[in-house]
Amino acid sequence: MGKISNEELLLKLTSKFDGHINLVSEPYGLLTFETEREQIIEVLSFLKTDLQFIHLTDITGIHYPDQEKPFGVIYHVHSLVNGVRVRIKVFLASADVHIPTATTLWDGANWMERETYDFFGIVFDGHPDLRRILNVDDMTVFPMRREYPLEDPNRIDKKDYFFGR
Amino acid sequence: MSDIKIVEAPPGIEGSGFFATSIDKAVGMARSYSLWPLPFATSCCGIEFMATMGSHYDLSRFGAERLSFSPRQADLLMVMGTIAKKMAPVLRQVYLQMAEPRWVMAVGACASSGGIFDTYSVLQGIDEIIPVDVYVPGCPPRPEAIIDGFMNIQKLVQTESGRRRDSPQYQELLAKYGIQ
Amino acid sequence: MQNHLLITDNDPQSELSTLNLGPTHPATHGVFQNVLQLDGERIVSGVSTIGYIHRAFEKIAEHRPFYQITPLTDRLNYCSAPINNMGWHMTVEKLLGIEMPKRVDYMRVIIMELARITDHIICNGVLGVDTGAFTGFLYMMQHRENVYEIYEEICGSRLTTNIGRIGGFERNFNDIAFAKIKKFIKDFPPVLREFEALFNRNRIFVDRTKDVAPVTAETALSYSWSGPILRAAGVDYDVRAQEPYSSYQDFEFEVPVGTNGDVYNRFLVRNEEMWQSLRIIEQALAKIDKEPSHIFHADVPAFYLPPKEEVYNNMEALIYHFKIVMGEIDTPKTEVYHAVEGANGELGFYLVNDGGRSPYRLHFRRPSFINYQMYAPMSRGMVLSDAIINMSSLNVIAGELDA
Repeated sequence: MGKISNEELLLKLTSKFDGHINLVSEPYGLLTFETEREQIIEVLSFLKTDLQFIHLTDITGIHYPDQEKPFGVIYHVHSLVNGVRVRIKVFLASADVHIPTATTLWDGANWMERETYDFFGIVFDGHPDLRRILNVDDMTVFPMRREYPLEDPNRIDKKDYFFGR
Repeated sequence: MSDIKIVEAPPGIEGSGFFATSIDKAVGMARSYSLWPLPFATSCCGIEFMATMGSHYDLSRFGAERLSFSPRQADLLMVMGTIAKKMAPVLRQVYLQMAEPRWVMAVGACASSGGIFDTYSVLQGIDEIIPVDVYVPGCPPRPEAIIDGFMNIQKLVQTESGRRRDSPQYQELLAKYGIQ
Repeated sequence: MQNHLLITDNDPQSELSTLNLGPTHPATHGVFQNVLQLDGERIVSGVSTIGYIHRAFEKIAEHRPFYQITPLTDRLNYCSAPINNMGWHMTVEKLLGIEMPKRVDYMRVIIMELARITDHIICNGVLGVDTGAFTGFLYMMQHRENVYEIYEEICGSRLTTNIGRIGGFERNFNDIAFAKIKKFIKDFPPVLREFEALFNRNRIFVDRTKDVAPVTAETALSYSWSGPILRAAGVDYDVRAQEPYSSYQDFEFEVPVGTNGDVYNRFLVRNEEMWQSLRIIEQALAKIDKEPSHIFHADVPAFYLPPKEEVYNNMEALIYHFKIVMGEIDTPKTEVYHAVEGANGELGFYLVNDGGRSPYRLHFRRPSFINYQMYAPMSRGMVLSDAIINMSSLNVIAGELDA
């Protein structure tokens, strides 16, 4: 198994995308970096075609309400041949939560992006069928954003004083 | 020698060559041992229902051999598992399609009360949308508990009077759920 | 109403008919809906709708302390709940940097492999039922009960086990548990052999499954498949072998691989995995005997809940108990991804921690969800009866699908 180290990988990435690979870290040995949405598809396709990261493990979102760019999209890709994973993050401003779709590279990105849209309202431009997937269609909010409560706010049988709040 | 016993006859008047009892009791007895359940299995409790139907526990012993996947022919709606708000209209639709007399059993914490999922997407108990006869606690209930719930349904079926479904109280109950 | 009752308006001239398969249909083994356009018996197109038991796991997880998330993971893939439990525990242990004693690792391996067997029993048994053979299902279900009895002996619960804790197990396996495990690995092989004899060369079964829904390795990878169905397509990716966790590197086992990814291959791969799981359990039992028999958790008092009698009688234990329950122990502010080989594929936990009592964000990489998205596209051109057995061989678990 021809394993490549994270340093080698990073070197290849920085030489190709100079200045767009930011905030590099290695929590628990997993190479993590941030890039911008203009580069994300190029980065992913470079990883896929040139570095054999053929398995898209996951796409998900995150919400940091206090940040300047509160919405994050997080990609995990995996090179089965080299046994290496990479985590890529892209942060988006709340006024403009658009990011290009990865369905052009992996068919499997379809539902992962729909789920991220459903939970966080992140719009994936160019996605073939961007609809809600898990929640009911007539839902108006994006429930995984931090400001929305866990419990159903319409419940009338659950009085706050029973719970000491 | 077989261990199989025949169900005892309901109480009645017996004489030489005749046996008289009320039609309610005879029908109730017959019905209770030939219930056709509709398994509305959505999640974990459905797997325990599989075990209940399997060879180890064998619900068929109680006359529920024949599962009815069509609501039209089913007598007993067994709701097993979480009912999300997206699923709620479907469940109601299934209930409406069942013919009277119909019984409903809420199996497991989720179907009874929403269980540990007190969230925006989960219906907090199916009794918000349809009337329920028997609740079975557990997350998920053991197959023994499901069988116990089923036997309680059988008792209800045996003791139900033939005119209960026409009574104003029953109509009122249905009207409360908006069912005609 | 919403789109679950959607029936597309057909052109009256069209020969196509629309079939609503689900959300409650005996053939779907779970709640998901497929609206299929049929030309006679052949499927022209299909649309999948899911989310019928969306329970908002990820949102709940943001509001629960780490140790209370274990019951949530149970309810993801409830056919093999212990794998999910252990996967979560290992994720937190990775975050906290806890080194596990070997014996705990081996105990976990035993439980996880038993869980894999129960999951494959259900999938292959149900595949038999869907092709018209109920007998195999009944034979195998009996032995699933035996595995549940082992779980009961260890943790007191059958299906949603909540087995183990962060840092080990809540109690040691007792002798009855070991005796039951040994009995199971002795009793199960003849049954599995009989099961294989019923199916593997059964003309009806082979005709129904062979060359049905073949998938190439490229397509499978493009759809991010993982687990037995990816291996059936010929890719030897198994997390246990590639990134060993819980000391899987100490075991000898083979990763079965199929050739063309059809339903028959998936069936064979799952069967072979059951044999490999038995092999692993046997090795684990032998290895456990060499380890000190009193160890069943790591020595991490700051994260492992002490036994109740200690809490009442021992000052230190009381303090730790209070700190753990109230969430007053500092945890690293970082993020971690940990994957385990679930019964359906790579089950990943992506945990972002801000040092608080509960995760800042917890995302589950759910193999059923990712595997199932190919179902509608791959059904195109298939006859309806093939599409049904294709669905059961994907082994989609609704709880995992909808989170």
